[in-house]
Amino acid sequence: MKIRIFARASALILAAAAVILSVSGCHGTSGLSEFSLPDEFDTTKEYTITFWAKNDTNKAQTEIYEQAIEDFEAIYPNITVNLRLYTDYSKIYNDVITNISTGTTPNVCITYPDHIATYVTGENIVVPLDELMTDEKYGLGGSEVLFDSPTVDEIVSEFLAEGVINGTQYALPFMRSTEACYVNKTYVEALGFELPDVLTWDFIWEVCAAAMEKNDDGTYVVNGQTIMIPFIYKSTDNMMITMLKQLGADYSTDEGEILIFNETTESILYEIAEHTANGEFSTFKISGYPANFLNAGQCIFAVDSTAGATWMGTDAPLLDISEDKLVEFETVVMTVPQYDTENTSMISQGPSICIFNKEDSGEVMASWLFAQYLLTNDVQIAYSETEGYIPVTTKAQTSDEYLDYLSRAGEDNDTYYYVKIAASQLLYDNIENTFVTSVFNGSTSLRSAAGQLIENVTKSVRRGETVDAEYMKTLFSDVTSLYRLDQNLAGESITDGEEDLGELPTEAVILLSVIAAAWVFIAIYFIVSTVKMRK
Amino acid sequence: MKKYLALVLALVMTLSLFVACTSSEEEGDDSTEAGTADGTTAAAETDEAKSDGVMTYAEYAAASTETEVVVETYIQAKQAWYESDGVGMATFYTQDYDGAYFIYNMPCTEDEYEQLAIGTKIKVTGYKSEWSGEYEITDATFEIEDGTYVAEATDLTSVFGDDNLVDYQNIFFSVTGLTVEAIGQDDDGNDVAFYYSYDGSGSEGDDLYFNVSLNGTTYTFTVESYLCDSSTDVYNAVEALNVGDVIDVEGFLYWYEGVNPHITSVSTSES
Repeated sequence: MKIRIFARASALILAAAAVILSVSGCHGTSGLSEFSLPDEFDTTKEYTITFWAKNDTNKAQTEIYEQAIEDFEAIYPNITVNLRLYTDYSKIYNDVITNISTGTTPNVCITYPDHIATYVTGENIVVPLDELMTDEKYGLGGSEVLFDSPTVDEIVSEFLAEGVINGTQYALPFMRSTEACYVNKTYVEALGFELPDVLTWDFIWEVCAAAMEKNDDGTYVVNGQTIMIPFIYKSTDNMMITMLKQLGADYSTDEGEILIFNETTESILYEIAEHTANGEFSTFKISGYPANFLNAGQCIFAVDSTAGATWMGTDAPLLDISEDKLVEFETVVMTVPQYDTENTSMISQGPSICIFNKEDSGEVMASWLFAQYLLTNDVQIAYSETEGYIPVTTKAQTSDEYLDYLSRAGEDNDTYYYVKIAASQLLYDNIENTFVTSVFNGSTSLRSAAGQLIENVTKSVRRGETVDAEYMKTLFSDVTSLYRLDQNLAGESITDGEEDLGELPTEAVILLSVIAAAWVFIAIYFIVSTVKMRK
Repeated sequence: MKKYLALVLALVMTLSLFVACTSSEEEGDDSTEAGTADGTTAAAETDEAKSDGVMTYAEYAAASTETEVVVETYIQAKQAWYESDGVGMATFYTQDYDGAYFIYNMPCTEDEYEQLAIGTKIKVTGYKSEWSGEYEITDATFEIEDGTYVAEATDLTSVFGDDNLVDYQNIFFSVTGLTVEAIGQDDDGNDVAFYYSYDGSGSEGDDLYFNVSLNGTTYTFTVESYLCDSSTDVYNAVEALNVGDVIDVEGFLYWYEGVNPHITSVSTSES
């Protein structure tokens, strides 16, 4: 009897092991069924959800998240929101990918649409929002929502469209920013130039060339210092993408075909190489934060996100350099340089919100309500005032409170810091001039590759290497290989894209072999027993 | 027949347990290693002669940025390893008998990273770069050489505040008799001795920042969370600091727009 019990128990354990092995073997699938919108949200049932948020290393933003959670929990006492803060989108992305494989994704997450395009290659991992948004009771502005949420029509349509992936709305915009060129107007005028209405690449290079003039003692005439890098770009990914867009050149198709390696890209890189050789240009990755050079009087044109405006200028509320290095100058916020002043073009960027699927549809509803709460005026206006962001809803943008904020630029160097409000105003005035790139599985890699081209060329020139046709050929090949752009990632799922893990370890081979042998043995035993019984 | 079946199944279970235990024992400790807090020297090699084609520290210090450099140096601390687009990258604090070299984002497999113990001698070929005042070797390759050296902390108490402090950049150092100053105030207006992240916007696990004064000058020191995470003694010691405490510290003389040491040890001052 004991043997029989042992055999049955062992069989059960073996079966369980097989199930675990099979489940772990397909660790990229969520195992979740498609989210189904429930008729009612049970406000008597307790839910705890996690919210992975990103702040710009900005205490005010942290406090706004915390306040939003406190206010939301007061409205829905049955929902507890646990906040986890990040300061880096790529870290969120990596953690989400890791947690998809373990089935422990957050409930609500601040992220980029590019990243969501990878998440959604897994089955039922991210919740589609189309039905949720338009639900009469719990949708945006729904009758059963216990706070004043915006309607679908009150979200800026351009921003909302950025969250559509393969025809499905997977993300809501949370905040929007763009890039701006923060200009040391004092130095531009000292060099004998007058700022145009719209910055052009030609104008920037012309001023940069003039800024390279030196005194006999080796210092630069314009600043009297030994360091001057007139033009520094923070995100070279954006730089290449924006230049290509402005020139009408290819980058990718919507389906994920890679088109970046073309003649226009090559000519852009030659242009950058030429000015790097003259000492006129560098990047954040190579030299440091544009804001630090700008504020020290060592840079004239600093391109960075409008969400970095509070670091820019003599009176910036946030500074990373010591007071003794700070230089007095007038800061002007302008659009990024253009090739065609009649058709200005700048990138749209900023955090979006996605919701991860869970077994309990009520938990997903709790997540959805919280995500929706982040679009209320209280959160939108407060958060947008922390940096050069703008709210994503017209409801907030046209509110008296927000318009009053915009009108008070320069009243102080904190809440109403003029550079920050000018940065917000720049985007506000140019919403129709913003663009986004196609989103597909692999678009994150393509973005990185775009920047890598500029970084490599800039580094090579600074190191005295020759940048010619042969160099470009090798560069394109190296970058293609590094970012796996020669593989069609658009068609892969989140598990297909993982690296080859190589052969199984010997222990695993032994274990699997023994398990297989045991099952064979059991099958033989079963067959023999059945035959005997029939006899 | 049933007995045989039971035996096979028992064997399966035993093997399963064996494999599982073996696997867990072989998993490496992924906690970050820092240099020896007590400054002990492990089997210091006395032969300081450099191989052919290798720069002395003086030659490295004199080299222009963006030029190729070749140095022989010893790992003093491992800041982090991570994988980017399928390529492993590691950052090290290294030092020879004459000076220090910060090696940033050097391609390195995870196995190699584990193999590179504190004190290991490596030959590094790369480019001397400057990022916000920090001199470092980038785009580097390395090979392991014979030799071991773990530097004792250089006492820089009398050098802090001098213009030549930068000459010691990246070195493993100590300073004694520092007074903890308030770095800011909490929501109730009370002075606080440290921040998570530079402005208090972070949370446990992020870099720690704290202010200390010496001879009338205030400095911001950092516990770099990749180098010393929240489980380390130094992280916990800084979380326990109070304004007015007098402390001794050890760390690496990192630079970011001025001196910004990465601290690896904090203790109550004995000076």
